[in-house]
Amino acid sequence: MEDRIERRDQEWRKELRLKTKGRERTAIQRAEMPMMDPLERVHYQDREVNIGLDLNTAGQEATRCMDCVNPECVTGCPVNIDIPSFIKNIERGEILKAAGVLRETSALPAVCGRVCPQEKQCEAHCFYLNKLKKPAVAIGYLERFAADYEREHGVAEVPEIKKNGIKVAVIGSGPSSLSFAGSMIKKGYDVTVFEALHEIGGVLKYGIPEFRLPNNIVNSELENLKKLGVKFEKDFLVGRTSSFEDLKEEGYKGFFVASGAGLPSFMHIPGENFNGIMSSNEYLTRVNLMNAAKDEFDTPVFKGKRVVVVGGGNTAMDSVRTSKRLGADKSMIVYRRSMNEMPARLEEVKHAQDEGIEFNTLTNPVEYFADEKGHVSRVRVQKMELGKADASGRRRPVPIEGSEYDIDTDMVVVAVGVSPNPLVPSVLPNLKVSKRGTIEVNEETMQSSIPELFAGGDIVRGGATVILAMGDGRRAANGMDQYLTEKYGK
Amino acid sequence: MNEIIETGQFSEKVFKIVVSAPRIAKSRKPGHFIVLRTDENGERIPLTIADADVKQGTITLVVQKAGVSTTKLCNMKPGDKIADLVGPLGKATKIKKVGTILACGGGVGIAPLLPIVEGFKKVGNRVISVLAGRSKDLIILEDQIKKWSDEVVVMTDDGSYGHKGVVTVGAEEIIKREEINECIVIGPTVMMKFTALLTKKYNIPTQASLNTVMVDGTGMCGACRVSVGGKTRFTCIDGPEFDAHQVDFDELILRLGGYKEEEKRAYNAYLENQNK
Ligand SMILES: Cc1cc2nc3c(=O)[nH]c(=O)nc-3n(C[C@H](O)[C@H](O)[C@H](O)COP(=O)(O)OP(=O)(O)OC[C@H]3O[C@@H](n4cnc5c(N)ncnc54)[C@H](O)[C@@H]3O)c2cc1C
Ligand SMILES: Cc1cc2nc3c(=O)[nH]c(=O)nc-3n(C[C@H](O)[C@H](O)[C@H](O)COP(=O)(O)OP(=O)(O)OC[C@H]3O[C@@H](n4cnc5c(N)ncnc54)[C@H](O)[C@@H]3O)c2cc1C
Ligand code: SF4
Ligand code: SF4
Ligand code: FES
Repeated sequence: MEDRIERRDQEWRKELRLKTKGRERTAIQRAEMPMMDPLERVHYQDREVNIGLDLNTAGQEATRCMDCVNPECVTGCPVNIDIPSFIKNIERGEILKAAGVLRETSALPAVCGRVCPQEKQCEAHCFYLNKLKKPAVAIGYLERFAADYEREHGVAEVPEIKKNGIKVAVIGSGPSSLSFAGSMIKKGYDVTVFEALHEIGGVLKYGIPEFRLPNNIVNSELENLKKLGVKFEKDFLVGRTSSFEDLKEEGYKGFFVASGAGLPSFMHIPGENFNGIMSSNEYLTRVNLMNAAKDEFDTPVFKGKRVVVVGGGNTAMDSVRTSKRLGADKSMIVYRRSMNEMPARLEEVKHAQDEGIEFNTLTNPVEYFADEKGHVSRVRVQKMELGKADASGRRRPVPIEGSEYDIDTDMVVVAVGVSPNPLVPSVLPNLKVSKRGTIEVNEETMQSSIPELFAGGDIVRGGATVILAMGDGRRAANGMDQYLTEKYGK
Repeated sequence: MNEIIETGQFSEKVFKIVVSAPRIAKSRKPGHFIVLRTDENGERIPLTIADADVKQGTITLVVQKAGVSTTKLCNMKPGDKIADLVGPLGKATKIKKVGTILACGGGVGIAPLLPIVEGFKKVGNRVISVLAGRSKDLIILEDQIKKWSDEVVVMTDDGSYGHKGVVTVGAEEIIKREEINECIVIGPTVMMKFTALLTKKYNIPTQASLNTVMVDGTGMCGACRVSVGGKTRFTCIDGPEFDAHQVDFDELILRLGGYKEEEKRAYNAYLENQNK
């Protein structure tokens, strides 16, 4: 906090504020994100839809920001990035400095700039939106711009780190773990990340498709971590390949568990196990992790022509847009609430609509039918209406009697949620978990009921966002550092 | 890591592969499996750990050539490295002293049966094994199974070895002859289905080890789901062994054929490439 106010008082910031009149700033239109044409992009699974702002547009967009005395945007960001400070650095052309501000709080700004639900977080609190009733400053676009610029132009410095020789193990390699590993290595620890799959990155690699988050962005962050000395062990399922006890014997003093919410939910309706019906995790894993859509890879994947995707979250959008890219004639969403309640990022819904995805809202599957080979051929759906608000604050969908009708289909993707990965709790009977199966932690330190074990990300939250997972990783690093320092000294 | 130390061949299509995997060798128990990817472009396939040597740090796989991935693997030589190998996965077999065990193995299923037979014998059970295959050269590991069984009955469809007939014929004779406390069956799905029907008739608790299609093998995708007692379960984390009397084998057989056309196409393309 202190920091932010001091920074705002720096001479250059004052000058910059005076340089352009408020009226001139507010007269500028919000920048539009240049993107690939919908008709063209639906042919490429691995080409990013959003192209990114250029230096000029970014500078102009940065000029819109009023450098507010009380920047509400910061309160909307789950990790409280000093938003005006990075934006003002862009305005004055110091892009690498802007990236530096982002790096203070976020381990993966190029990722968050792309996948944060900005319209619900930082941008939702922007002065423009709330006081001027104008489109918010494009904080996400600017964040992505600064991070991409740094990757392309910056020389990643490898700071001198004084090693303390204390070994810590990180379980899982999603955003929470990467953020934790980055913080701990800088504090001098000997950090090893264990990942069950054959690729590092968690959902960033196996879930979110390349048309939203190219792999090279994640890989370049991984390279940075490797340069700092973080070790990665893939194909290693902690709790199975080696137990926590084994790892302790090998000298590990602290454990950070960020094993994610990997277990896919199904609806348990008749016919759900027919062939051609799969979870979004299976579909996206086949395509993103196993490269199943490419001929030179061995893993097969159905290429449905009439694809039904059940759900309204990011996983549903990613699946339905993937199916279009793999050659479906018709790809549709079936979602039980209305467009307003969809949890997916607004931008993805818009992109999906531009790509010709059909939306069947207030509709819910009740039964599947198959052809003589056991392959799905039809889904029976029921119309819904919105009733009273439920625990989540959203209006509860209520089935309308007698409203069933059938949709022909040859492939169904079920994207109705996930639950916490049960493996770690199952091998640690002393670990306190909630009824939902999430690991219980002290919210400030992220320490669990087992003192040397800290946890964060989806395994604690039961399904959240990349930025929240990263914030947890950072906090856990501070918590564990304090714990280990007290225990073993500096 | 994952270096192939030794290979061998049991029959035309069944191969033995010994791989260096010290951590897995140490952690594995009977019933566990691994998932591997032969090379960067390969798919992830599940294979049971047939045996392990903790001192040498190796695990033994017994693999039947079925399609692209298993053929690639069976063609690998000592010194070659398997790109990725993770395990041990699944739940271990519940091994305890119950009295007399009837262990039925069919084809390549005899390999995963071996450590289980060994386990049951070591805790003091009487073990009777029935090994079945289409013909003589498909009966593998007979000597090793004998070492841990009180009796071994061999059945072949064509009568080229042992008794003529399918596994259930041999199994029923034993069930009629003496009291069986528990049965375990591993083999082709159809064989497990009929064995389950047989033991149900005699009310013998039966475990079957299911061979579903898998992707990650860690509970993340649901490709391996089966209906057990009317509930959807994931074979890789809830299994691979389930109460055979509760398994919906017909659904499982349909699901195993799910990618048949894609697999056939891939296999033909692979063979064509090999011949170039
Ligand atoms: C398709 C999809 C799209 C999404 N889109 C967005 C989006 O646009 N914006 C957004 O903010 N969020 C999005 N999310 C949510 C976001 O990705 C998650 O909240 C975030 O990735 C959680 O991070 P994590 O570090 O907790 O774990 P994960 O990213 O889930 O990674 C956990 C990793 O741990 C590994 N693991 C588990 N157990 C073990 C073990 N015992 N030993 C070793 N490794 C283990 C797993 O294999 C996995 O790789 C999306 C999620 C999905 C699935
Ligand atoms: C828990 C588990 C343990 C297993 N242990 C062994 C083992 O020890 N030794 C061994 O040889 N095989 C084992 N299998 C089967 C093995 O995984 C498959 O044979 C293999 O995945 C086939 O791959 P492929 O590319 O060679 O053939 P594909 O071209 O993929 O398939 C060829 C044929 O095999 C069938 N098939 C595909 N996948 C499977 C599968 N997972 N299980 C059974 N049939 C399948 C297909 O229907 C097709 O007809 C096991 C399977 C599971 C689930
Ligand atoms: S991390 Fe996300 S919420 Fe925070 S400023 Fe960046 S885009 Fe906004
Ligand atoms: S609230 Fe909006 S205008 Fe104010 S500092 Fe934040 S981004 Fe800039
Ligand atoms: S193989 Fe993916 S959940 Fe079992």
